[in-house]
Formats: sequence, C-alpha cells, structure tokens
Amino acid sequence: MSFIKPSFRHPSAPTNALGLTTQAYEGGISTLCAGCGHDSISASIMQAVWALNIPPHRVAKMSGIGCSSKSPNYFLNKAHGFNSVHGRMPSVTTGANVANRDLLYIGVSGDGDTASIGMGQFAHVIRRNLNMTYIVENNGCYGLTKGQDSATADEGHKSKKGKINPFESIDLVALALELGATFVARSFSGDKDQLVPLLQAAMSHKGFALLDVVSPCVTFNNHPGSTKSYDYTREHVQAGSVVDFVPMEQEITLDQIKGSTQEVALHNGDSVRLSKLNDNYDPTDRVNAIKVLHKHKSEDKLLTGLIYLEPESDNFHDILNLPETPLSQLRENTLCPGSAALSAINTGLK
Amino acid sequence: MKATDISNPEYFHKVVDCQYACPAHTPVPEYIRLIGKRRYSDAYMVNWESNVFPGVLGRTCDRPCEPACRRGRVDEEPVAICRLKRVAADHKNDADVASRLPAIPTAKNGKRIALIGAGPASLTVARDLMPLGYEIDLYDENAKGGGFMRSQIPSFRLPEEVLDQEVDYVLDMGVSQIFNTRVDSLKGILDQGYDAVFVGTGAPKGKDLRIAGREEADANIHIGINWLESVAFEHTKEIGKKVVIVGGGNTAMDCCRTAKRIGGDEVAVTVRSTYEAMKASPWEKEDTLNEGIPILANHSPKEFLVEGGKLVGMTFSVVESTYDENGKRTITETGEIVTIECTDAIMAIGQDNAFPWIEKDIGIEFGEWEMPIVDKTSFQSTNQRVFFGGDAAFGPENIITAVAHGHQAAISIDLYLNGKSVKEERPEPGTNLVSTKMGIHQWAYDSAVIDDDRQASAHLPVEQALASRKIESEIGFSPEVAFTEAERCLNCDVQTVFVEEKCIECDACTDICPTNCITFTHNDGTPLRDRLTAPSLNLETDLYVSEDLATGRAMIKDEDVCLHCGLCAERCPTSAWDMQKYLYTVTKAGDQPAPILIEQTSGKKSSEAAA
Repeated sequence: MSFIKPSFRHPSAPTNALGLTTQAYEGGISTLCAGCGHDSISASIMQAVWALNIPPHRVAKMSGIGCSSKSPNYFLNKAHGFNSVHGRMPSVTTGANVANRDLLYIGVSGDGDTASIGMGQFAHVIRRNLNMTYIVENNGCYGLTKGQDSATADEGHKSKKGKINPFESIDLVALALELGATFVARSFSGDKDQLVPLLQAAMSHKGFALLDVVSPCVTFNNHPGSTKSYDYTREHVQAGSVVDFVPMEQEITLDQIKGSTQEVALHNGDSVRLSKLNDNYDPTDRVNAIKVLHKHKSEDKLLTGLIYLEPESDNFHDILNLPETPLSQLRENTLCPGSAALSAINTGLK
Repeated sequence: MKATDISNPEYFHKVVDCQYACPAHTPVPEYIRLIGKRRYSDAYMVNWESNVFPGVLGRTCDRPCEPACRRGRVDEEPVAICRLKRVAADHKNDADVASRLPAIPTAKNGKRIALIGAGPASLTVARDLMPLGYEIDLYDENAKGGGFMRSQIPSFRLPEEVLDQEVDYVLDMGVSQIFNTRVDSLKGILDQGYDAVFVGTGAPKGKDLRIAGREEADANIHIGINWLESVAFEHTKEIGKKVVIVGGGNTAMDCCRTAKRIGGDEVAVTVRSTYEAMKASPWEKEDTLNEGIPILANHSPKEFLVEGGKLVGMTFSVVESTYDENGKRTITETGEIVTIECTDAIMAIGQDNAFPWIEKDIGIEFGEWEMPIVDKTSFQSTNQRVFFGGDAAFGPENIITAVAHGHQAAISIDLYLNGKSVKEERPEPGTNLVSTKMGIHQWAYDSAVIDDDRQASAHLPVEQALASRKIESEIGFSPEVAFTEAERCLNCDVQTVFVEEKCIECDACTDICPTNCITFTHNDGTPLRDRLTAPSLNLETDLYVSEDLATGRAMIKDEDVCLHCGLCAERCPTSAWDMQKYLYTVTKAGDQPAPILIEQTSGKKSSEAAA
C-alpha cells in the first residue's frame, strides 16, 4: 500500500493567478476506503480553492468527528485547520471566525456529525448566518463504526445486512431552508462538473452556505437497496439547474449558455450563472424552493444543484457589529479602551 | 475515437518507451528490476537474448532508449539505462551465464551459410542460427571477431576482455572461423555452394578531406577509423606531440582520446558545427573535455600547412551557424582565420559504404549512392540468397541497430531456407500480460516512485586514465549506486489495465493520479485531447480509450506521463484498474519464444525447462 504520493506532477500542469498548480492545494494521501465519495469531494475542494486563486494559507479547514471529518487531512495541507469534538465544529468555527474573519472557513462534516450529535449546533450556526462553507459529506451511514443507519438514511432504505430503515430521514437541505440559510445547494460526489462550480459559488458567498453532498460509502452503503449508492443516486438525481460559477473578470460567451439562463450576482462581484432545466425555477425564491424540494422528494427524485441563494444578507459579523480587524492584530488600547469606555457602556445599560 | 484494442501487441509495447525506442526492443524495465534485485546473471540473460552484447553495449551504446525514457518527461534526466546494463555484465556469474547459453545440436540440418564480416550483425545472425543446426562459415579480414567493435572502439572505452567474452559466446557455438581472410569476390563465395550468404561488412571507408596541402602532408594525415583500427591492432603505437582532430562525431572523440594516450600532449578537436550541434553523444563530449581536450566549435578546415615536406599546422576559417524558422542551418564564414600548430591531423568526418568486391552480374541490384537494394523488413537483397545487415545494409548506424538487423536477417534466412515467405510468414512478437497484484494494495514490483536524481557513473582520475590506452577510464556503477538508479525506473512495462464492466465511476482514480492522466468524459466524436484533465501535448503517445461506461462516459487515459505508480489501482474499489506486467519479446529465428518469456509464463528457468 502506498503511503506517499509520488512527487512528480504533470510537466505542463496549468497554474492559477497566483502561479500555483493544484499541487500546492494537495494534502496527504487518503486513508479512507478506496472509492469513498469523500475523496472526490476533497479533490473538488482543492480544484475550487485553486480556481478561486485563494492562497492555501488563507483557508481554515474545520471539522468534527467521522470519516468525513478526517478528510480535511487529505486536502490543503498548507491551510489552517481544527479537528474539533464530535458535532461541535460549528461552535469552534464561530469562535475562529469571530477572531479572524479574513480566512475562508471550510467546514467539513458528515451526516452523523451534523444530523445526529451536531444537530443543535448545525441549527444555530444557520440561524446566525455565519460566513462559512458548510459541507456535509452525506453517505447515510456511520462508516467509521461499521455502517449503521444514520439520521439521513431514507425511510425504506435497506442496510448492507438487509435491515429496512423504519425511520423518517432528516433532509438537511429542507431544514436549512426552514432555518433561513442564505445559500443552500445539494450535489453528488460523482458529479464534479456540478460540484466544483457549486463549491466555488459557496466559497464566494458572504454568509452561511450549506452544501449537502451525497457521497456514497463504498464499504457499507453501496449495495442494491441502498438509497445513497452510486447507482441509486445516478438513477434518481435530478439537477434543478446546471450551475456555472463566473468570476467577476470573466466575460460570458454565448456558447456557454445552454437553455434558459439566470444570472445571480454575488456579494463580491462574481456571479453564479444557472442554466435552468425548468424555466419556472427561481433559486432566489425561498418559498418556491421549499415547494420544489418537497415535490421532488415525493416523486422519489433527488433534487441537486443550487436550490436557494440570497446574495445580499447580513451575516454574523454584520448582525453583531464585530470589528473587521482580526483579533491578533488589535492593539491593547483597542482591546482595553479604559475605564471611561467601561463607564459609558455601564451608563448605556442603566 | 474508437476504444483502444489492448490485445494489439503494439499498444502496450509503445507504452514501454525505452523498449519501443530500442532497435532490438530489449525489455529494459524487466532487466532493470532484476538489477535492482541483484539478479545480475538473470538481467544479463534478458539482455543477451535480445542484444547479444550487453557488456559491449553497456559501455558503448548510442542509447536511443534514454531520450525516450518516460522519466525524462517528468524528471530532469532519464534513467541511466546504458550504465545499468553494464552493471549486469560486470557483476554476472560467468558460470551461471555459460550454463544458460543455448544448446547447439550436434546433428546439423545440412544447410551452410556464409557470413561476411565478423561484426555485430554477422555475430547476431550466427547466434540465432547456430542453435537451429545450421553450419556457419564466418569470414573476416582480421585475426579476431568483433568487427568495428574491436577495430574502432578504443580499449579505454571497451576493454578487450569484455569484447572477447561476448564474441566468444557466439563463436564457441561452433562457428567456423575463417579469419585473416579478406573476401574479394562475393561471386567466389556464392560459387562455394552456400545456401545463403549474409553481408555484414559495415561501412569501412573513412572520408577524406581534400584541401590544400593534403598530398604534401600525407605522412601525418590519418583517416580516423583506419587510424583507430591501426592502433587497436598495434600497427600504430604512437603519434606526434600536437594532434588536431577534424570532426565532431563519436569517432572524433575516440580519436582524440586515443591520441592523448599514445603520445599526443596537445590534442584538440575542431568541428565546423556549434558545440551543441555536434554529432557526438553528450557523454562522449563530456568525457573528452574531462580529459583536458578542448573542443573548438565553429572551425571549418581550410588548409594543411606544410614546411619542408612535413605537416606543421592547419588553418581554419571561423564560421557561424544560423538557423531559419524551419531549423535549416546555414554556415557562413566570419572572415577570421585561425592557425593551429600540429604534427599530426586525424580526419574523423564520416564514413562510407564500399562494395568493390560485389560483382555487378550476380543479381544484386544497386540503388542510390551505390548502395545495394535491400528490403527493410526481410533484409534480403535482389539476389534471394544474399542478405545484408548492419551498416552494410543502409549505411552507418550503430551496434544495437546492427544487432536488430542481425536478428531479422536470421529470421529471413531461416524462413528462406525452409521454403517460407520472408515477408508474409514472419513470426509474431511474444507477449505476456499478467497481474502483479499480491493482495489488497500490494504489487509485485516497487510501485513507489523515488525522487533521486540520475546517479553519476564513476570515472578513474584523469591522470590514471591517460596512462594507457588499455585502462578502462570509466569505473561504472557500484551495486549500491546501481540499486538507486534501478529504483528510478518507472516500470512502464507494468501496464494500467482497465476493465469497463467493473468500473462504478467513483472518480477515485482521477482524484489520486499524481499526473492527472485519467479523465472520464463523453467520447462523442469531438477531439478528446482538448477535454482531458491535464494538457495533452505529447501527440506521440497514445490515449487509452475505454468502451462507454454506464453513465455514457468513457475512461480516457493519456499515456504520456503516467508514472505507473499503481495508485489508480490501489484507490479503485472494484479492481477495475489492475497493474499488469507486459512482457514483449521479439521472436527469433525458428519461431522460438525467448527463454525469458518461457520463464515468465511457466515460472521455470529455461535451463530447467530444457532438461
């Protein structure tokens, strides 16, 4: 078994605006099971951050516990990172984000880390509209503990041992829409053409961005009867829109547009362009998004693509009016403004 | 684009760049792995089967394999294939090798063959036909076999005992040696009733330089290859103090280094081209410079200066090479004239074929440049009984090309003498494709790719090397250095074999591939090379295209910079990728599969199989 990836790369590998090839965005060699969807997501994250021309050291990788949560070890090993307690990634990310809002926060979580032990934290980080990209590597099972059904396992799904799941599943996308998330998308690890632009858009979004990615567990949840297998997902996936992430400086050429399109400008001047499969679908309409999502579910279809986007919103920093300067750069006189300032605050509270 | 047919033996052969580039198609990665395992005799036999002179070639080969080496496309320098070959020859067990040489039948098949010239081409023909029971008469004008390997390659590059041993492996098969005999008439040979005649007489005529002063200074002007031969056979034992060499090929390098060893104190090489455009191999130029011999580029010879009937110097016109956009060179004089004092001058400006001894009325037609018309596949001339090979066939090349010709000519001679078509009934190559899987994520080869730079081959200190023309100047690799160098080999013969039915399109292989060789995309007729994960710029290498998969996409692998690291197969959950070792051998005369192929397919040593 190989533990080290050869150091040779393609001699004419393309470079981004920083002059870096994707090699600068790599991590260690994965120890996840061969064929794990998580590895495809890691590869897509590398591709997206590289294409966004973000220096690797301006990224913070946040995670909890689980197969998904160990995957940040396999990408961007020049980035900051915090592998936190099970289900507590959102709080740690909140703290980090408050301390330094200049980094790009990529949270990687799984269905257990998010929909079970971390459910409370997940709900609250959405409420707070923390500026981060929250990726759920959703395989519907607890792979690290031999594949028990997780809270996102669909009702009626058959486990590898043959047991039918009797419980209703938690749809994280629906939940996020209810809780007021400002960017909600769903994708599939086996479709990088869709996943990479969605990641770019999510990372460029100012506010909380949820990306629920179906990521088959080849070892425990890729059998006939599973509703999170490669085959089942490919058969039931229905892309609501084909997404193209368009950086600010890039002009849109006619041949890129397929079918009816809609362009949504993002906060930083970049935009997300959608080639829509359904003309009536407007991803900026939350009510409609919830409706379409439920409709697909009732038809046994998995709706993917950009489901909802609110480009301009007040995120956690705006709501709490937090200082822009990272904590580490604030001088003592700013942090401890003195007794006069304290008196003013106390007076204000009387 | 149509799906790749991997059952075509040439597809995977081409992936093994070194072997594909070798005229004799020696299975390079196969013997490099054996050297890495210190199985030197086995490595030697793999070579010997294919190229007959591993010890000679390990020192003198023109190395067409090294510029082709895939490592050179991802690393700064290719694997030192040539010097590794020498390690196999230097460290082999002679008794082991001797016991594995082919058995020669005592009952002959009644067919007699004459080989004219005892160089690498003829010796290869003898090596292939003796085990089949042919009687062979080998003619040469010199006292020993070896041809230009003996006469033109100086002993400090190729020690005599190395050459003797490998020539003797062939001669000791019972070849009848008619040496010290110059063949003056091919008709005379044919009249002796030989069933077939092979002409391997090389390109024996060194070119001369007809400029002012040539006749007057004749006593001290030498033709390079003739002079080297004269030194080799000890007719010439010394040369004057100041020697000028004219020419920039490997012969010029051999001449100057020889001159330096037998009396030349001040030796200089002059060449009309630029230093970069010289024909000599880079390593030969390097060795020359290291021995304190200057190479004067852009010097075009003008005149021999003669005083009192003796050569005292040469004048050169300094020239300039310019290239147009098509790479065509124009040489113009700058007007500057340089005079170099010298006592002797050696012309090493090329060599020609010469067949004054072949009569025009014996059915051998001659074409352009007075060269015989020889078929490029069968090496048969227009007289069915007469075959050509080596430099005699198509002009000056090198040893490994002569060996390749010899193998093919031997096949033709055997077919011809068995009443078969020399063109239609040639044997197919031998192939073997077998999985190297040893367990989950375990391979039967060192799949890890090491970062080490190309290892330097050790040389004697210059003053020691220059002491005698018979001391080998290069020491070569030690077993330890050879191991490191062997590990640099990327094992390009371990093929990435893809099975469509097993693929679940999880993308694990595309994600892990260090050089982004693999792409899954729709094979819909639009050019594939534009749509691959990594730029596909090397059009010389093939795309491995699968049949369409379940999603309608196909797997496309650009073979160009695949490291054969096996990571795609390690990360594949369904074993749709497998690392399979491909052995391609050129089948020899008598339709005999190479013993190495028998060993690989039966797991037995050839000696055991024969017993």
